[in-house]
Amino acid sequence: MAKSSIASIDWLTVFLFTLLVLFGWLNIYSASYGDEFASWTDFSKVYIKQGYWIALSLLLIIITQAIEAKFYERFASVIYVFSLASLVGLFIFGKTISGATSWYNLGFMSIQPSEFAKAATALALAKFLSDMQTNIRYLNHQLKAFLIIALPALIIIPQPDPGSALVYSAFLFPLYREGLAATYLIIGASAAFLFVLTLLFGPIWVVVGLAVAMFMFLLKNRKRKPKYSRYLLVLLVVTGFCFSVNYIFNNVFEQRHRDRFNIVLGKEVDAKGIGYNTNQSQIAIGSGGWTGKGWKEGTQTKGGFVPEQHTDYIFSTVGEEWGFLGATAVILLFIFLLARLLFMAERQKSTFSRIYGYSVVGILFVHFAVNVGMVTGLLPTVGIPLPFFSYGGSGLWGFTLLLFIFIKLDANRVNEW
Amino acid sequence: MRKLLLYLIIITTGIIFIARLFYLQIYNTSYASLSEDNAIKVIYDYPQRGAIYDRNGKLLVTNQPSYDVMVIPRELKPFDTLEFCSVLNISKDKLIRRLQKARSYSPRVPSIVIPQLTKDEYAFLQEKMRKFEGFYIQKRSLRDYQTYHASNVLGYIGEVNDAAIRKDPYYLSGDLIGIDGVEKQYEQELRGIKGVKRIQKDRFNRDIGPYKEGKFDTLPVNGKDLQITIDIALQKYGERLMVNKRGGIVALEPSTGEILALVTAPSYKPELLVGRKRSREFTKLFYDTIGKPLFDRGVKGEYPPGSPFKTINALIGLQEGIVDTQERFSCHMGYYYGKTNRRLGCHSHRSPLNMIPGIAHSCNAYFANVYRRIIEKYDTPQEGVDNWKKHVESFGLGNYLGNDLSAGRPGRVPSAADYNKQYDYPTYKWYATGTISNAIGQGEVLATPIQLANMTAAIANRGYFHTPHIIKAIDNKPIEDKNYTVPKKTSIDKEHFEPVIEGMHQVYTQGTASFLQVEGIDICGKTGTAENYTKINGERVQLTDHSVFIAFAPKENPKIALAVFVENGYWGARYAGRIASLMIEKHLKNSISRKDLEDWVLSHSLEDEYAKPYSKEPFKINQ
Repeated sequence: MAKSSIASIDWLTVFLFTLLVLFGWLNIYSASYGDEFASWTDFSKVYIKQGYWIALSLLLIIITQAIEAKFYERFASVIYVFSLASLVGLFIFGKTISGATSWYNLGFMSIQPSEFAKAATALALAKFLSDMQTNIRYLNHQLKAFLIIALPALIIIPQPDPGSALVYSAFLFPLYREGLAATYLIIGASAAFLFVLTLLFGPIWVVVGLAVAMFMFLLKNRKRKPKYSRYLLVLLVVTGFCFSVNYIFNNVFEQRHRDRFNIVLGKEVDAKGIGYNTNQSQIAIGSGGWTGKGWKEGTQTKGGFVPEQHTDYIFSTVGEEWGFLGATAVILLFIFLLARLLFMAERQKSTFSRIYGYSVVGILFVHFAVNVGMVTGLLPTVGIPLPFFSYGGSGLWGFTLLLFIFIKLDANRVNEW
Repeated sequence: MRKLLLYLIIITTGIIFIARLFYLQIYNTSYASLSEDNAIKVIYDYPQRGAIYDRNGKLLVTNQPSYDVMVIPRELKPFDTLEFCSVLNISKDKLIRRLQKARSYSPRVPSIVIPQLTKDEYAFLQEKMRKFEGFYIQKRSLRDYQTYHASNVLGYIGEVNDAAIRKDPYYLSGDLIGIDGVEKQYEQELRGIKGVKRIQKDRFNRDIGPYKEGKFDTLPVNGKDLQITIDIALQKYGERLMVNKRGGIVALEPSTGEILALVTAPSYKPELLVGRKRSREFTKLFYDTIGKPLFDRGVKGEYPPGSPFKTINALIGLQEGIVDTQERFSCHMGYYYGKTNRRLGCHSHRSPLNMIPGIAHSCNAYFANVYRRIIEKYDTPQEGVDNWKKHVESFGLGNYLGNDLSAGRPGRVPSAADYNKQYDYPTYKWYATGTISNAIGQGEVLATPIQLANMTAAIANRGYFHTPHIIKAIDNKPIEDKNYTVPKKTSIDKEHFEPVIEGMHQVYTQGTASFLQVEGIDICGKTGTAENYTKINGERVQLTDHSVFIAFAPKENPKIALAVFVENGYWGARYAGRIASLMIEKHLKNSISRKDLEDWVLSHSLEDEYAKPYSKEPFKINQ
């Protein structure tokens, strides 16, 4: 069984994974090397540490492949509960790094359990949804599914690490695939849209605009005798939403959150203060031109102008040193990997594997989209890493586990009964 | 459908990101330059500007160090203002104002607080400098003049203006550039090339070493030394002779076209336009609208040439074959022409005269006859005038000479088209007699002193000239520019020059300048007395004639050709002739034997004459 499993590993995915990890390491090297030669035991250099994480992730890969595929399905609930416990434990034993209590200190290294909780949640959700008894079209099953997803997110938010919590929206991917009514997505998308409109124009103008639009629409279709009460209800809900958004934004959000939104929406320009990260990152990327300045030749990277460049902002190094061509190549690699994973998820016979696959695609996609969007100045600053690229042991291992469990499940599809 | 939507979301995201990258990296170039600005500091290393020597190797211009007190406002610490002000001899208000200005310009970039300290001030300040954090002293290089003369030739340097920076990106704000004279004309050679060092900075604006190990750094290249054609001793003598007069002297070496002296009067000392006092002194010179010391009369003053121009008409007459050297024309105190018997006046001399005494005695009637025949040789006066103009222009008159001086004027030689326009031809006709003043260099003809000197050189050479030029050698390598080394031919055949030169010789031996002979030197010259007018309260008023003189010597194998122009100096030999004769003696013998003549020139002033038009009282001329 093991033999046929290895033979049926999707080597294309493994190949894409390897490319991303190694290219990521090259960029971490460039963003963090000093002039002096560093010995391979010098743990003060992040690129050396990342080298070890990469080497150790090889061990993780072997373990994930050695474990029986059924294990993941059987023990999904156990893994999930264990993972939740590890998140809760942070409130007691956690170590605080740059304001967030998200780490366990193991002496020689720090572990960030939220990076592993994503894979655990994906397993648990897959297990729940693939149950013969579960039907996602029932409201009470929907609520249970949302609970599985929301629990870890709710524990993570107050650490505080809202960025990592945001990633749990990724589970809309599998839910939608498994038949969750599109209304949820439409409502979600409309809410986001109204949110941005409200911030840009204020609640009054949004509501007035919507009311005028509705009035025109109804005037045109009055012969069809529309149900006016329903439209009125929608208008009331929107009004409530807009004003509460306005209230929450101005009274519940902290100033730094407001600033982040305002900068992306172009309502505020502040290149030196709160907008510094985004501005520097865009300068670095913009200075790359067509082909970039060459590996280790980025002046912005060398000068350390972009904060957190080896972690969340690693993509700006790609942009500066490898130019438009290099950065586009990385984006295409990600798109290709995500498409490949979608294709793989779809070919699963087991519902569990399929749902897990969709979760993997969702998680990777949200990370990719939010991170690159932030680095290129399209989205507000949300601190989440670029999968396989950004520096960080927990992150790399978390993503490796997430991906290779799916590869194992996929390889095992021939043995499904 | 559900499966497709997810693919769609992923691919759309990819497309949006690639479009965003295209915008940031390719379309919007402002990010690229921002990056150059904040990560790399560029430091310039200024080279020494080239020195300037005269034709005999005498050093005229070199460099002196100068020291600017600079401030970086951000790095200022509280300091003892009183001590600082007393050391630098400025008031506290002024210091505070300058510091505020520097801060509003930029808190990080150095600004000048006090420019161009002297060596002594610098020595004193340097010991105390450590007390004043945020200030430092930057060394620059200024011009150091070893002569008080030739300021109009040498020119001066100053900070570049914005227009020059836009035109040539080599220059940065605060760089020095040649603004006039040789400094301007040979800026490229003199300035050298500044060196560049690029320093990689980190986000705290700290230097973290050379950018790319100094791969793009360059060393400064020092400016080239120039040797100019001026003989500073002759230049100095010319400037001395012109004291209290206005006008110009241009002396050339006929065989090469080299400018031996280029005097304008009044002039100023070149050192006035150096360093801290430059702007004050420049303003003073600039606003002297009566003396116009910044106006180089030698190359920019366009005057009617007067009688010296007769030599050209004589040459054209011979070349066109409408007169020979023997034919005599009578003169009854002038030349009478037209139905109404209009008169072109002349002075008293024996009559009739042929060509050589005609030149020697400067007979107006003789040249009126010759000029009329030149024009009337053709069927129409239009053809005649254009043919005459062609000959005149071959002497370098009527257009820019194409020399290497930073200024110049074209002068004027009228064409048939000019007269057609003036007389409204063909409604009204015009004839040779209508332009008869051209015969004696009065009418529409205008020339600058350097053009007259060049014309004289062409006569001295018997038919060719070298374009006058100021540059002799660059970095000890003699110039090879074909514009200066290849002679330009006039339209007159060589054999026609001898009688005209003989006439010019007789000007000295028996004619209008016979009292100016120099023993042992055969001088050929021609006097000129040019009428001129000005406007006082909108009324055309005649002023005392300009004194003009052209000469070359010796007669055979000439060494110097010159034109002297003294404004309102009355007749030609009175001022210009005396000065020309002294200049020739100085150049050829290097000493002056006629001390009385020299004293006469040095002691005579024309300031009274120049004051007349401004006196607001009636005045007499030509006294």
